Amino acid sequence: MGEVIVVTSGKGGVGKTTTAANIGTGLAAQGKKVVLLDTDIGLRNLDVVLGLENRIVYDIVDIAHGHCKLKQGMIKDKRFDDLYLIPAAQTKEKTAVNEEQMRAICNELKQEFDYIIIDCPAGIEQGFKNAIAGADRAFVVTNPEVSAVRDADRIIGLLEANSLNNPQLIINRVRPNMVKQGDMMSVEDILEILAVKLLGVIPDDDNIVISTNRGEPVVLDEQARAGKAYRNIVRRIMGEEVPLLNLDEEEGFFSKLMKVFKK
Amino acid sequence: MANFLQKLLGMEKNSKDMAKDRLKLVLIQDRANMSPNMLEDLRKDLIMVISKYMDFDEKNLDVQMAEQDNMTMLEVNIPIANVKRNIN
Repeated sequence: MGEVIVVTSGKGGVGKTTTAANIGTGLAAQGKKVVLLDTDIGLRNLDVVLGLENRIVYDIVDIAHGHCKLKQGMIKDKRFDDLYLIPAAQTKEKTAVNEEQMRAICNELKQEFDYIIIDCPAGIEQGFKNAIAGADRAFVVTNPEVSAVRDADRIIGLLEANSLNNPQLIINRVRPNMVKQGDMMSVEDILEILAVKLLGVIPDDDNIVISTNRGEPVVLDEQARAGKAYRNIVRRIMGEEVPLLNLDEEEGFFSKLMKVFKK
Repeated sequence: MANFLQKLLGMEKNSKDMAKDRLKLVLIQDRANMSPNMLEDLRKDLIMVISKYMDFDEKNLDVQMAEQDNMTMLEVNIPIANVKRNIN
């Protein structure tokens, strides 16, 4: 029996889709059977982050309404045999799927997959309620900014009100230099305010933009710091104890050399 | 540079401390579901009730939510001018 994990945030633009794509791909790279579910109907993006936008035939609304079989609606990943995507519909409303249908889809997927990763839309309306309906576990993505942390707090409250207790926090786009200067809240500051369990910290990394441009999740990039951070999160999801990535870590000789050449 | 000197001399708070303080306050209101409007209504009701028993300057009645030892507290400060005579 698989586990359904929903990736939420409340605020938009904090890195939910990127996080869902990287966690899903990372789990598949570890040999797990994974399906990624994009529930952001009308604003689908998980397909482009994964580089699968040209393969879409059916979407989650087609599956929910029985226009196609579940198997037909799943797009196989380019890189991993056991990684699939169910895309969101682009031209429908958030209400095109309801909570009952979401629960049914999740229950069916659980029979076959180890992990079902749901990319939740921003906001707290019907799209959010649909996304969390069939979930067993929730991750909350935030940034070290006032607005993102405030919305994370609201989402944590709503998750708990819907019996998704003990959501785990992913702090994205941390800039160690700004934290050191006292101009950005640290991981400890945010944990003190939100009082939830931390799943991982992702440093702000240009490689995220580059990998998204290419449609290749950064978790597969052995050199990128953000890739390492996502790989650590994947191992923690699988139950391993992995210490937090040291964000202050000196840059390697090679990357320093590259910087000199780039100048 | 001026910014750095101010920080060094402790004249200006780190911006992250400002973020933290503002967040804490805003979250108290979010969590207690108390909007500034509701606080204002509470203030008006308190004035009505307390003025039955005491004289005080309404302007000095201060109502706010605060956090202390992980508890959310309602703080009401009322400097009293005069306590009314017991009529009964």
